[in-house]
Amino acid sequence: MKEHLNTLFVTTDGTYLAQDGAAVAVRADGLDAAGEPTGRKETKLRVPLHNLDGICCFGRVGASPQLLGAAAEAGVSVSFLSEHGRLRARVVGFTPGNVLLRRAQYRAADDPAATLAIARSAVLGKVSNCRQVLLRAARDAPDAERAERLRDAARRLETNLHGARRAGHDGAEGATDTLRGVEGEAARTYFAAFGDLLAGDPAFTFAGRSRRPPRDAVNALLSFLYAMLTHDAKSAAESCGLDCQVGFLHRDRPGRPGLALDLIEEFRPLLADRTALTLINRRQVRPGGFTISETGAVTMDEATRKTVLTAWQAKKQETVTHPFLGEKVTAGLLVHLQARLLARHLRGDLDVWPPLLWK
Amino acid sequence: MPEPLPISALQHLVFCERQCALIHTEGLWAENRLTAEGTVLHENAHEAGPETHGGVRVARGLDMRSEALNLVGKSDVVEFTPLEAFHGPIAETVRAAASGPGPPLVGWGVLPVEYKRGRSKTSPEWGDCDRVQLCAQALCLEEMLGVEVPEGRLFYGQTRRRTDVPIDGALRDLTRRAVARLHALLASGETPPAVNDARCPNCSLVKLCLPQVAAGRSAAAWIDRRLNTLDREAA
Ligand code: SF4
Repeated sequence: MKEHLNTLFVTTDGTYLAQDGAAVAVRADGLDAAGEPTGRKETKLRVPLHNLDGICCFGRVGASPQLLGAAAEAGVSVSFLSEHGRLRARVVGFTPGNVLLRRAQYRAADDPAATLAIARSAVLGKVSNCRQVLLRAARDAPDAERAERLRDAARRLETNLHGARRAGHDGAEGATDTLRGVEGEAARTYFAAFGDLLAGDPAFTFAGRSRRPPRDAVNALLSFLYAMLTHDAKSAAESCGLDCQVGFLHRDRPGRPGLALDLIEEFRPLLADRTALTLINRRQVRPGGFTISETGAVTMDEATRKTVLTAWQAKKQETVTHPFLGEKVTAGLLVHLQARLLARHLRGDLDVWPPLLWK
Repeated sequence: MPEPLPISALQHLVFCERQCALIHTEGLWAENRLTAEGTVLHENAHEAGPETHGGVRVARGLDMRSEALNLVGKSDVVEFTPLEAFHGPIAETVRAAASGPGPPLVGWGVLPVEYKRGRSKTSPEWGDCDRVQLCAQALCLEEMLGVEVPEGRLFYGQTRRRTDVPIDGALRDLTRRAVARLHALLASGETPPAVNDARCPNCSLVKLCLPQVAAGRSAAAWIDRRLNTLDREAA
């Protein structure tokens, strides 16, 4: 069981990963004294596999079959992602042979009442954490008008929270769809207020959530961070034996990691949005680090991506207390704990799945 | 006939039934320092190959099986001792066992030896886990070799202590009951609730088991309290 959750991010085009004993050797083009490529690969870094939870390769990065085998054996997943963070392929070892847990998961996904209960936890976690982000920003807001707008949005989220708590309690049909509606409404409210969370560079503006492609730098940042979160949630689900495809709030759709998407709902505001806001508001990312294509799609350049990944890794190392378990852990471990709690709920140890309700 | 179960599962069962189900039913396994060092210790014991010293033949990593108990396993060490080499307190028992009723021609005493890192573990329900595991090995050897195994030995790495364990009637009974419970538990596919007691801090699965939540805590009640607090603080 991995507790350290270090991810090795490899972002430089042309890097090659090789096995070096029990370590991964990161090999890249050597540079001569003048900074010109020598044409030879050099080992830039060696990281012991047992220190790692996963390896994420962005863009044109290769790996030897020996390394892939050694990583799978050490329980380290190796992912190959596009430069925007979209997953292309992933090499993982054998998942734990927990067939009974999977059957429990499938039974719950086929049972409307069980689905409703799990989906409700995901929505409560997400909406509540969105509200906490807005309330915190309202306390620090530079002007009263902005603070009032943020508080107003937070109040509307509170109404959504009550709606989510009530959904299905009258035994009505389609309660999970009601819940999905509540979640959608809360997301619109939250993102309508999101622009007010930006305090820094006027070049960063936000005109609502857009994806595939993201239409502004803020959306590009959010999409990238959500992709990183989804990636972690998949690992978390797999390492405790859950099927990351079969979700509850997110219905089955080919190629969609429904359960991983359920798992990340509560983490979006908590980890991803806050990381994006910090990066922008502290001017750690600059508008110049984003480029707009002919079709209006916005992408980050490599330096910006590195800054974002460094901030993301640092965020995951922060020490926090898990609200339900009362245990001090790193933020990166939270999604693993949430997956384990879900597994324990599915196996009948816990009455419901406790969402991560942040203060 | 259901699948034979590993003798190691017996030890898990005797330590904690939930641990046994988490590992053998749910397929969860967590390497921690204790189990990792235990593995290394075992590998060393298994890799050394057979040897003979002082007339005692030492066999390592023998495959063991009992049809009667439906168990399989691997021994750390089995010592085969020519009967005339026996001295000391159990010599008489061994000689009597060799010449008693049952298959004759027993030229060797058979002594299973199990290596453990750390100290002996006990459980409130079954007592000493290691003795039960050793006894299961003795029962396998008896069935396979047609001899009586009156004694086994435990060797503790941390204290470098050896304990001679008589495989007596009481231990045999206890072991047979534990084996029956093991088969019943794993056949049920269920995971018993957490014990949440002094065993948990020493358990390699504590992070996956989450005993503090699995021992009957209500998450629904917690959610209600938490959301109500957050509502109050927001107002
Ligand atoms: S943590 Fe405690 S209850 Fe859970 S498996 Fe270990 S000993 Fe048993």
